[in-house]
Parts: sequence; C-alpha cells; structure tokens
Amino acid sequence: MDVDTEIQRVKEERQKMEKDLAALTSLTFDTDLYNANKYEGYERSIAVNDEDDNLDGAENEIARKMASFTAPKQFLKEPLRSGEDDDMSGFKQPSKIIDREDDYRRRRLNRIISPARNDPFLDKTPGPEVRTYADVMREEALKRKEEEVKREIAKKKKEEEESKAKEKDAEKPKKRNRWDVSQDEGAADKKAKTGSDWDLPDSTPGIGRWDATPTPGRIGDATPSVSRRNRWDETPTPGRLNDSDATPAGGVTPGATPAGMAWDATPKLGGLATPTPKKQRSRWDETPATMGSATPGATPAAAYTPGVTPFGAADMATPTPNAIMRSAMTPEQYNLLRWEKDIEDRNRPLTDEELDAMFPQEGYKILDPPATYVPIRTPARKLLATPTPMATPLYNIPEENRGQQFDVPKEMPGGLPLMKPEDYQYFGSLLNEDNEEELSPEEQKERKIMKLLLKVKNGTPPQRKTALRQLTDKAREFGAGPLFNRILPLLMQPTLEDQERHLLVKVIDRVLYKLDELVRPYVHKILVVIEPLLIDEDYYARVEGREIISNLSKAAGLATMIAAMRPDIDNIDEYVRNTTARAFSVVASALGIPALLPFLKAVCQSKKSWQARHTGIKIVQQIAILIGCAVLPHLRSLVEIIEHGLNDENQKVRTITALSLAALAEAAAPYGIESFDSVLKPLWKGIRSHRGKVLAAFLKAIGFIIPLMDAIYASYYTKEVMVILIREFQSPDEEMKKIVLKVVKQCVSTEGVEPDYIRNDILPEFFRNFWVRRMALDRRNYKQLVETTVEIANKVGVADIVGRTVEDLKDESEPYRRMVMETIEKVVTNLGASDIDARLEELLIDGILYAFQEQTSDDANVMLNGFGAVVNTLGHKVKPYLPQICGTIKWRLNNKSAKVRQQAADLISRIAVVMKQCGEEQLMGHLGVVLYEYLGEEYPEVLGSILGALKAIVNVIGMTKMTPPIKDLLPRLTPILKNRHEKVQENCIDLVGRIADRGAEFVPAREWMRICFELLEMLKAHKKGIRRATVNTFGYIAKAIGPQDVLATLLNNLKVQERQNRVCTTVAIAIVAETCSPFTVLPALMNEYRVPELNVQNGVLKSLSFLFEYIGEMGKDYIYAVTPLLEDALMDRDLVHRQTAASAVKHMALGVAGLGCEDALIHLMNYVWPNIFETSPHVINAVTEAIEGMRVALGAAVVLNYCLQGLFHPARKVREVYWKIYNSLYIGAQDALVASYPVLEDEENNVFSRPELHIFV
Amino acid sequence: MQASDRFNINSQLEHLQAKYVGTGHADLTRFEWAVNIHRDTYASYVGHYPIMAYFAVAENESIGRERYNFMQVPFC
Repeated sequence: MDVDTEIQRVKEERQKMEKDLAALTSLTFDTDLYNANKYEGYERSIAVNDEDDNLDGAENEIARKMASFTAPKQFLKEPLRSGEDDDMSGFKQPSKIIDREDDYRRRRLNRIISPARNDPFLDKTPGPEVRTYADVMREEALKRKEEEVKREIAKKKKEEEESKAKEKDAEKPKKRNRWDVSQDEGAADKKAKTGSDWDLPDSTPGIGRWDATPTPGRIGDATPSVSRRNRWDETPTPGRLNDSDATPAGGVTPGATPAGMAWDATPKLGGLATPTPKKQRSRWDETPATMGSATPGATPAAAYTPGVTPFGAADMATPTPNAIMRSAMTPEQYNLLRWEKDIEDRNRPLTDEELDAMFPQEGYKILDPPATYVPIRTPARKLLATPTPMATPLYNIPEENRGQQFDVPKEMPGGLPLMKPEDYQYFGSLLNEDNEEELSPEEQKERKIMKLLLKVKNGTPPQRKTALRQLTDKAREFGAGPLFNRILPLLMQPTLEDQERHLLVKVIDRVLYKLDELVRPYVHKILVVIEPLLIDEDYYARVEGREIISNLSKAAGLATMIAAMRPDIDNIDEYVRNTTARAFSVVASALGIPALLPFLKAVCQSKKSWQARHTGIKIVQQIAILIGCAVLPHLRSLVEIIEHGLNDENQKVRTITALSLAALAEAAAPYGIESFDSVLKPLWKGIRSHRGKVLAAFLKAIGFIIPLMDAIYASYYTKEVMVILIREFQSPDEEMKKIVLKVVKQCVSTEGVEPDYIRNDILPEFFRNFWVRRMALDRRNYKQLVETTVEIANKVGVADIVGRTVEDLKDESEPYRRMVMETIEKVVTNLGASDIDARLEELLIDGILYAFQEQTSDDANVMLNGFGAVVNTLGHKVKPYLPQICGTIKWRLNNKSAKVRQQAADLISRIAVVMKQCGEEQLMGHLGVVLYEYLGEEYPEVLGSILGALKAIVNVIGMTKMTPPIKDLLPRLTPILKNRHEKVQENCIDLVGRIADRGAEFVPAREWMRICFELLEMLKAHKKGIRRATVNTFGYIAKAIGPQDVLATLLNNLKVQERQNRVCTTVAIAIVAETCSPFTVLPALMNEYRVPELNVQNGVLKSLSFLFEYIGEMGKDYIYAVTPLLEDALMDRDLVHRQTAASAVKHMALGVAGLGCEDALIHLMNYVWPNIFETSPHVINAVTEAIEGMRVALGAAVVLNYCLQGLFHPARKVREVYWKIYNSLYIGAQDALVASYPVLEDEENNVFSRPELHIFV
Repeated sequence: MQASDRFNINSQLEHLQAKYVGTGHADLTRFEWAVNIHRDTYASYVGHYPIMAYFAVAENESIGRERYNFMQVPFC
C-alpha cells in the first residue's frame, strides 16, 4: 500500500530532522527531576476501552441507574451535563452588579466599613476603644490636612517642572513641548467626560459629574500613600494602615503602580497637576476592577496575579497543592479559574471517535505512537503544580486544615444550601465541622447568623423565607453588632449579584425594624453600604436604598444620623460627599424638612471648608428633586439657607447653589415665586459677572424661575436675561448651547412675553446662531432646537417660523433638511396653515418636494410625516400641486430601492383624504390602477404599504367608483392572503374586510368561499389585530353570501388541533350567528354537537357561550332551544364541557334577566349547582360566575335558598364552599337578602326573630 | 385548600370577601350570623323610606320615632 510507504518515508525524514535539532540544542536538565525513572512503578499506559476505569463518581452513579436503558452514548451522558450548563439556558443569567457599573459607581468599593461608633444616648462614658464623634471628626480633619500637604507638594513639583520646561523652552522655543500636548488632550478628555453629565444631578438620579472633575484632594494619589484606599479594604479592619498589603493580590495591584489608580484616573486628568510622565495612563489604569472578571484572561492582571494562571488547570486536576491556596483566593481569582476550566474543557484533546468522525475513512491511516514516545502528561502544568511559584511573595506555611474545601463542593452540613466559591471567604468557617458544643456562646451565635445568612443568600425560596423570619425574630437576641458585622461585608462583595443584594438589603430592612435604637453605633457602617444604592442605575435599587435609609433614620433618630454623616459632608472624596448628600435628602424626607433645617443652615454657612458648604447646598438640591412639590411649605427657608452661596468665593459652590435653586424652582412650579425674591437680584447680577459653567448654572436657575412669575415681571426679567442669552447664543460650548436653548424655551413660553419682542429681538439672532447645519448633527442639540423653535412658533405664529426656515428645506445637508422638516411638521400640526399665504405655500410645497425627493434615508419617517402633515393641514389649498405630487409618487413607486417604493405608497395613504377633499377622484383612480399593477411586489414591507395605500383609496372613493373595479381587485388579493408577513397580512385582511363589508355584491360568491378558506389560515396569526379583523371578515362574508357555506367551513375547522385556531373559529361562528341572526346558525351548530369528539363539542359550547354573549337580549328566543344541549353538557363527565356550558349559562342568564325566562333558568341552575364542589380553578370560576348570573336573572332570594342547605353543614369542606357562594351573593345583593333570610327561632334571651317583617296593614 | 388554589384568583376572591363586614366563613356560629342578619335588616329598614312609612302607618308612630327605635336596637 502506497500510503504506508509514504508514511514511513515521512516518519524517517522527521526523525532525522529531530536528531539534528537535538544535536543543536543540547539541553541539560536536573536529572533528579526529569529523568525517566520518575515514572517507575506507575502504570505507563491506560487501556482505551477499560470498563472499570470510570473514575467519575457521578457518572458511575448514573451508569448504574441507566444500566437498563439503551440509547446513544451522548444521550446517556446528558444528565451529567446539567449543573453549569443549565443556567445558560432559560431565563436570563443573574448579572453581577459590578459588571454594569461605571468607574464612578465602582468607587463605592473604595469605602471601608467603619468600625462601630459610640452611642451618646447610652448612659455611660465611652471607653477608650470606642470611637466617638470627636475621634471621627479628628480623623477627617487629619485626612484633609494630609491632602492639603500633598497638594502643596504636588503644586511645588509642578512648579519645578514648569520652570524646567521653561528652561527647555528657552533652549528650543520652536518645538512644542510634549507636555503641552498631553495637557490639551487631558482637557479635551475632561470635557467629553464631564460634558454629557452636565445637568444630570437635577434631572436624573445618576451622579452629577458637575463637581466631580478637578477634585483637588485627589492629587494625593500621585504619591502612594499609606492611607490610600483600595478596593481590598472591604474587610472591616479598624485601621487601614495594614490592609493595602494584607490581601493576596496586594502584591500586584496597589504598590506596583505609583501613579493614580483606575478609579481616580479618569475624573481628574484635565484640570490637575499631572506633571509627571507617569501620569500617562498605563494599562493598569484602564480597568478599575483589575481582576474584575469580565474578561479575566484578557486583562494583564490575570497573568500577573500570582498563581492564578499557571496553576489554574492543575487546580482542577490535583486538589492537593491548591488546597493551601483556597483560603487565600479572592473571588475574582476564583472566577478566573472557573473560566479557565471552561476553556480547558473546550480545548481538551480530541478523542478517537471524534477524529474518526472528522476524517474521511479512506486515504488516512492510524499510526502507532513511535516507540520512543513517552507520554509527558502536560509537563508545564506538572511543573507548576508545585506550590512555589504562586506563593513567592507571601508564602506562608500552610496550616493543616482537614475541613478545607476541595474541588468537589462538599455536601453542606445541616441542609445548608450550596456555597458559591466566592462565598468561601465569608462562610468558609461553616464547613469546619468543629463540635458545636466546644464553641463559645459568641461563636455559636455567629455561626447561627452565618447559617441563616447563607440560607437567605443562596437557599431555595422556602429556606430563604424561614431564615429571614428567624433572623427577624431573633434580631435583638443576636444583637446588632454580630448581625451587621456579617451582613455588611457581604454587601461589599465585589461579585455580588442583583438578586443577592436585594435579599441582603431586605434582611437589613427587617432587622432594622426589630433592632430599633440598638442600631445607633452601626449607622455609619450601614450607610457606607447602602448609600451606593442611591446612585444605582437600577430604579428599584434606588428605591430600596431610600427605604432603608429612611427606616434607619426613623430607628436611629435625627441626632445619630447627623452625627454619623457629618464627618462625610466635607470628606475629601467627591463620591462620598455626593452619596452623603443624597442620603441626607432621604433623611430629610423621612424625618421632615423642618427638623433638618437648623443643621442644614449651619452646614451651608460652614466657614471651615467649601466642601461642607457645597455638600450642604447639594442636600437642598437633592431634597427638591426627591420630594418635589412637598418642598413648598419650606421653600422660603430652603432658599434662605442657600442664597448666600450665590456669592460664595468658591466657584463650585456658586454653581451648585444656582443648580439647587433651579431644582427648587422646578419642584415648586408653578407656585412659590415669592420665596425666590431674595435671590433674583444676585442671580441677575450674577449672569452679568460670570462666565462659563457658573453662568450656565445661573441661566438654568433663571430659566426655571421665570415661568413662576407674574406676566409683567416675567416679561421684564426675560428682557433682562435675554441680552445675556443672545450673547451666549454664540458660545461654542455644547452644554451652554443646550442650556441657552432650554432657557429661551422657558422664557418664551411664559405669558408676559410679547410676540413682537420675540420677533424683533430674539428671532434674528436665534436663527443666525442656531439654525445652522452643525446643530443637526448632535441628537440632543437637534431635539432641543426643534422644541425651542416650536415653542417660539406658538408665540409668534406659523408664518414667521416657516417663512424663515422654508428656504432651508433645499439645503444641501440632509440632516439639516430633516431638522427643518421636523420643525415645520410640528409647527404646522400645532397651529394649522391658515397663516400661510400663497407665496409661502408655493415655497413650502416646493421645498418639501425637494426634500422628499432628495432624501437618501428616512428611518424615523421624518420626511414622510412632515409631508403628510403639511398636505393635510393645507387641505384644499394643496389642489394645484396635487398633479405634481402624484407625479413624484408615481415616479418613486417605480424606484429601484424598496424603501423608496414603500415610502411612496405610505405617502398615498397619508394624503388620500386630502385628495378626495380636493375632488381629485380621477387622479386617485389612476393611482389605484398604478398600485394595482404593483401588487406583484416582492418585498413584503413594500407590499404591505401598497395594500395600505389601496385601502386608503378604497375607503375614500367608495366601492362603486374604485378603479380597478372591485371584481378585478379582489381575486388579485386572494393569493396575497397566503402571505405570512405580518404587515402584509394585516393590510390585506383589512382591505378584504372592507370590501366584504361594503362591496360584497361586486364579487361572486365562489370567490368569497375561496377567501373563507384562506381566512382560516389567518386565524393562526400572532397579532391579535389580524385575528380580530379575520373574525370580523367572516361575519361580513356570511352576511353577503348567506351563513350556510361559511358555517360549514367553520364547523369543519373545529376539528383542528390548535387551540388558538379553534378559539378563533368559535368566535367567528358566534359573529356569523350575530350578523345573520342566530336561527340561521343554531340548527347546524347544535347538530354538530352530536359529533362524538371532545374538541368539536367544546367548540360548539364555546360558540354558544360567545353567541349568547353577543346577542344579549335576543337570547330569550333561543334559550328553550338550547336548554337540552346545555343539560347534556352540564352532566358530561368532561370538566371542560361543564365549564364551557356554565359560562354559556352565565351569558344566557345575564342576557335574559328580566325577560321572563325564569323557568328555563331555574332548570339550568339545578344542573349547574352540583358543580360547586369542583376544585379545578377554571371550572369553579365558571360555575361561580354562572351562579352570579343567576343571581341577577332570578334574584338573590332564589340563590339564597340554594345556599341555605349547606351553610351549617356538618362537613367543613361543604360549609366552606357554601359560605363562599353566600359571600359573593351577599356582596352582590345585600339589601335584597333582608327580606328572604330564614326565620330564626329565639333562644333563651337572644331574640333572633324580626317581627317587623310580619307587619301587615 | 389545594396547592393550586393558593395562587389563583379564587383565593384572592375569598380574601376580598373577608374584607366586607357581614360576610361569613365556615366557622361562623348561628349567633354571629343572626347578629349580621339583624344589623343588615335594621340598616335596610332605616335606609328605605317607603318601608319606614309603612311601619309608621302600621304601628301608628311617627317615622322619626320608628327610625330612632330601629337605631336603638341592641347589638346593632
């Protein structure tokens, strides 16, 4: 065989080459490690098909159970694959909170859970070990001072750098310095970053970056300081001197990068001293959660984190070495491992079978391994499996701990839920099976808490419920300290998921309620954990956070809350101040604003630091945002508290003050202008003296205050501010533009502003500066500009605005044309077109036609809507232009692009009504013919639009005048009914229904029958609208050609399997019966009941139910006819029969109430009544409703008499049912029952009789 | 109550009914029910002017007196 010889030859060649290579690279290795003897005593080969080497326990188990099954191997192994794969399928995967957080929000992990503080309300002096308010304040002051010093240092350094740079510049002045460039970049960066968040603080609960940017405090990061917080601080350590190195990854992260770490890197770049080249962002800075697990392998951190990568695989294979590591492993590392394991699994060596399947049978041969081949089983991993490499920096001798977790999750003792690997850090000690009795009571308590928490976090819903209840009940017994020391670290866990956080927060909420004042020392701890929820992007998280803080403040009291949060108010970290301000606003809403006012006043006037004033004012802003119009009673005091901030020396304080005023005015609108009297002057003076951001904030405040004013004042102040606004029209700053536009809108919409003033003073500048192409490019500018222009148009009228913009419809920039079109559309729809004169009209139509024809894409349908709106508002006046418009449409209907064709057809349906108004019926007929010719369209979207256009034309000009005639049109539609596209179906069925309704006589009956068959298919449609239209069409067709044939079709359709189809058919039958009178349908329908098939019989019953629902009173003529059928159904063994019959009885009873059919109804009632003991929810519902119907038709007394027999039945089951019926009877007709209650006999001294009823005159 | 019952509308219905004064349940005694009946009865009398007039004629009392009497009935 030549294959063999070929292989032989190649082999030899390779061997020769290898020998050469080996000669070249003479390796020397430690023989004691690498010599072949290492494998002595080991089995060198593994039998391929050995039955016994099933090492996997789980597999063994399953194999045993499945021994009797025969199936392909992969199916037998299927149960093994459960577990991890399962959570990939089905519902959405639980998401980690950290994955969706941005850098700013991740700063929550920088905070530490502060140790408990002294509760001043206790009657004892605090020991030296307890932290008091004074201690905390001292620490904060110290920290601030430290920052100050660092800033000084940085400043000095910068100055030095600059002087050096100057010297250099002096040397070669031509060349631009690198640092200048980077500085610029930084600035630009900053703008982009902060810009978008400009007005977040008052509109959304997101974080206000407003003042986030150049936090001076942050320079400190330039030098690695001891007090630097890093995310590893999450463990509650009393001091944080030691913790930067305490964690295993510490070696890599904090110390390694001397410059700012991720979380501080972004915000401060621009404004600050960034003199050192180190400031250039390193790769480390990019992902703040370096081990953040999102793309673990990809980040360099993964490779550097000691021990993770190399020992990953070995970890899974050999439990021993890494058992040491387990305790030291952080959750992120574990995630890495998990991920790596997955990769390993996918890249595992191919098995023989797989290879067989892959390669063709012929031309290949399976070779024996060469005799020299020694299986080195993944040497790299073998080598690295030794503990050395991963333990280098922080190696410690592993303690012998038999209770440690190994690879396979151990069965948890005492029915605890499974732990996730991340949880070992917190719950690991639960696994140590120490003897419970040997533990101290304290330890036992801790253990108990941990167990309960684990159940809450990972347990099944019932477990969770009982655990939660136990935690709540025993909260005081456990004590606040042990509880919070366990719960709070869990909440700081970086891998926390939404659901887990929700549960833990719930635990806190419940526990708070129980602990009440015991919670005082832990208030700050809790706040540290809960405050981040206030800026979470998830609405429900924010609500939860608010609830907790509000409960906390109710439990701890105002004094404690203030004491806990006061130190954070002038914290050096902007994040802390921001969240604290939000938390304070929640406290204010919980305890009432008046209680907080004195404190706020003091904070806002703080002399010590501008941060305190800033935060204080921000609290006011947040209060306004949080409680809205409820600020009104305190508006004056709130404004008074912050008003001095407008003249503050610090720019940021001025800015936030103006923003707070804006928020207050927005919350108070339309009341409360008198409270703002005191700030009007500084505001209006301020806009003359300020520039940039501050000015923007001031303008914003003014924009919100002006709408509150009386007309005269509004006009006066508008004129005052307008000068500045017009000046700022030219501002290149995007944010400024947006605010200016918004303020203009607010000013213009107030009552006192005269149209003439706007026309003369504002419009020219406004159009010159804002109606430029550039504005159309940014989405937010675009929207704001359109809104403002529409608002101006409301004041100055259509003609001015349209006159100014109409020329721009022919602009060469398409986005700009679109913006113009949208504005014109809105203006014209709001105000009509009566102001538009002939000349303008001509320009407008011309411009619109141009814009319409020149468009290249119109995804948002702006052009189409604009065209439709303009034509519809012009009405009759559009007549002279119609031929031209139709010409365009016709031309575009023939376009190559499907979008264009679709749009042209859509346009026809928009303007059909106007065409009729203009008397252009001939033109419409012509369009009808054109559309008819395009019915062969292959794009469903376009076909749908064409059908829609045809429908619009038919609707307007009527059946008789329609061209092409209906008798030609309809047969063309029949095949289109087969189309499965939703839009086509909907438009087609609408059109067919319309024809069946109005012009059925134009089409032969045979055609209608054919359509009936097609319609049955449409009952399967997903969209309800289509099914409804179909069912109605059945009614029209039946009316046109008589019910017999249609009915036969429908009754046959009851035999189909699909439920939805049958239900729709029954509805159709009922509708046919309604339109053609029931007597034409009932005989055939009842006859069909004799078919011994469940589906059919149920269908018939359901039709009857719908039928009696639709025909209402008419039912009295048919009730006797159907009674025997219903009797039979109500006695049927099948539940559904009885259920459907009961609902038919209900509709029947409700329809014929008061029409003298009581005899039949009582008869039916006797059949319904025994069903009251059914337990199936649908059946019992139907039966209860039937009885309710009977109450209406027969009167409450009759039903009460049925009830009386069981109200005091000896069997509780019976009594329960009867009382339920009695109750609904009682609620429905309480008064009517009075006369028919049974006569009760008196007992001893209880008088039960009601003698008045026996009175007779 | 069955497991399936616990989550469907029927259980809510019962809960809803229980909110009304005067509705009953399986453990209601004859006495309690009778008290409810009496309360309803007198409330109904007082609420319907024609029947008050009827009683007034029959007992030869003023309507106001009748109403007062009905409102003074013990337990109600």
